[in-house]
Amino acid sequence: MSRLFTFLLAMLCFELALAAGGHGPAMQPVKIDLSDKLSLQRGAQVFVNYCVSCHSASFMRYNRIAADLDLSEESVQTNLMFTTDKIGDAMEVAMRPSDAESWFGAPPPDLSVVARSRGPDWLYNFLITFYVDENKPTGVNNLFFKDTAMPHVLWELQGLQRAVYHTEAADDGNETTTIERLELAQRGSLTENEYKRLVRDLVGFLVYVGEPAKLVRHRLGFWVIVFLLVFLVAAYLMKREYWKDVH
Amino acid sequence: MNAVVKQLTGLRDWVDDRFPLVKLWNEHMGQYYAPKNFNFWYYFGVLSIVVLALQIVTGIWLTMNYKPDAELAFASVEYIMRDVEWGWLIRYMHSTGASAFFIVVYLHMFRALLYGSYKKPRELIWILGMFTYLALMAEAFLGYLLPWGQMSFWGAQVIISLFGAIPFVGDTLSLWIRGDFVVSDVTLNRFFSLHVIAMPLAIVGLVFLHIIALHEVGSNNPDGVEIKKKKGPDGVPLDGIPFHPYYSVKDTVGVIVFLILFAAVVFFAPEFGGWFLEANNFIPANPLVTPEHIVPLWYFTPFYAILRAVPDKLIGVLLMGAATMIFFLLPWLDRSPVKSIRYRGPLFKTALWLFVISFIALGYLGTQTPTPQMTWMARGFSAIYFGFFLLMPFYSKIDKTKPVPDRVTDK
Repeated sequence: MSRLFTFLLAMLCFELALAAGGHGPAMQPVKIDLSDKLSLQRGAQVFVNYCVSCHSASFMRYNRIAADLDLSEESVQTNLMFTTDKIGDAMEVAMRPSDAESWFGAPPPDLSVVARSRGPDWLYNFLITFYVDENKPTGVNNLFFKDTAMPHVLWELQGLQRAVYHTEAADDGNETTTIERLELAQRGSLTENEYKRLVRDLVGFLVYVGEPAKLVRHRLGFWVIVFLLVFLVAAYLMKREYWKDVH
Repeated sequence: MNAVVKQLTGLRDWVDDRFPLVKLWNEHMGQYYAPKNFNFWYYFGVLSIVVLALQIVTGIWLTMNYKPDAELAFASVEYIMRDVEWGWLIRYMHSTGASAFFIVVYLHMFRALLYGSYKKPRELIWILGMFTYLALMAEAFLGYLLPWGQMSFWGAQVIISLFGAIPFVGDTLSLWIRGDFVVSDVTLNRFFSLHVIAMPLAIVGLVFLHIIALHEVGSNNPDGVEIKKKKGPDGVPLDGIPFHPYYSVKDTVGVIVFLILFAAVVFFAPEFGGWFLEANNFIPANPLVTPEHIVPLWYFTPFYAILRAVPDKLIGVLLMGAATMIFFLLPWLDRSPVKSIRYRGPLFKTALWLFVISFIALGYLGTQTPTPQMTWMARGFSAIYFGFFLLMPFYSKIDKTKPVPDRVTDK
């Protein structure tokens, strides 16, 4: 059994190595703190300023954001919404789907639960690894979403990155070219750290949008388990009392 | 106070003249004598009932807001998660409950293997339990389509297409199951109907029969001793204790421990790292985009691994079916004179552990993208899996058993 275990473990390591070893720079993990309401508020701001013009979040209502992120409905209405929308509306997009289809080739996906299907790490890395690629209609490509139809919407903030290639000759003489890293070719209005913080705020907001209940379920779960533990003690004492006469 | 008791007693007698209330209570609770030496493994029967009740209650509430319509289903689940009061809790309890159901049922079945609970005179209990297990698998498969995510859609597409491998009638059969040429709104609607009405009715009915059969012959125990063979002058088995209050209070403790673990998952890890809720299922079903890896949920993966291990589709499907059906034969494959693992010999013990390892290994392999090595491993483990059953008549017969005591032991 222990040999089998070692084997399975080895297989697992092999796979992890494959996942990490792939091509180009590895994915950077991102730390999301949903209790940081200010970060979520900043993320909401970025989201409505840069994302909602193309992407909807049609399961997310504005008044829910106000309630969850400690914002007044008035401030959400003035800062985060179009004047024609009502506070109870969901975050819909103004763009017509047919226009989106002809502009991008595919309508931009709804982002309500994107943090649950892609995961925060992927979103973070996607948003920081756009690089210049003249062959693409948008002028950019992406390390973690090859040939994405999405333009680098945040380029004015981040600036433009250039790919640094690395060529390796294999034993059979075939050369493979991979991207070693990205370097800043044109400065944006933010420094690298400021930009990463902004993306982290945005991804944090998307994690929240993916599951607003996450803000309460940890707190509630703690008390549910505390109650069950107290109940357990009582139930165990009762069991012991009854079982005294079983020999 | 006295007057109240008198009133209640009167009510009880009034009912009792018209319905066997006290008789039923005594037969199944107050005077149902269970062996006094139940151990850890004996919690999983009652836990299965707890999870069944949980699934039915949460299911009723989910049905109040869920929309079985291909256009609306995905959004209605998110509506439950956001706009329905406590909807997220009900939904997570139901999704966690599905996996919890299989965990407790697999452990319940493993208990039967450990202590020979399927052996004479409990063959029918085992068979009724197996039918419940099949109904549970159908219920889980049907329910998994309802969130209408990518995995829901493509999982159903793959599993239903397996029926297409059956010669002559295969294509007609899969068309009949889907009600359409691909999984569609029609399929979703009928799966919803079967998931919320047909299968739950079947499961509740089978569980009822399972318990009636159990209470007729009496429970087995970790020693595999028939407690009814040694009775006191009052006709009560010497090693038996009334189910109520002894096991009702003991099971309460077990249920609370289970609920603590259950709550930990529901509140802190409802996706359980992608094992209980898959990331791809948060993408709405799209018939035009096939996901890279289509993998069933973990409780089906041992059988899925067996299916994939066979190069021929039809034989793969047949072996996958055989892997579940072969459990039915267990009472007749086991030729050992003893029931419990405690008194069995090294052959059975080795075989059982090999079986458990191969079941878990197949479950793991079923979740992975197959590579040639993995396919060969799956073949090896499949051979052990079937060997456990098919060779059982031989190794269980020649195995060196230990003498079984007359009465249950204190362990």
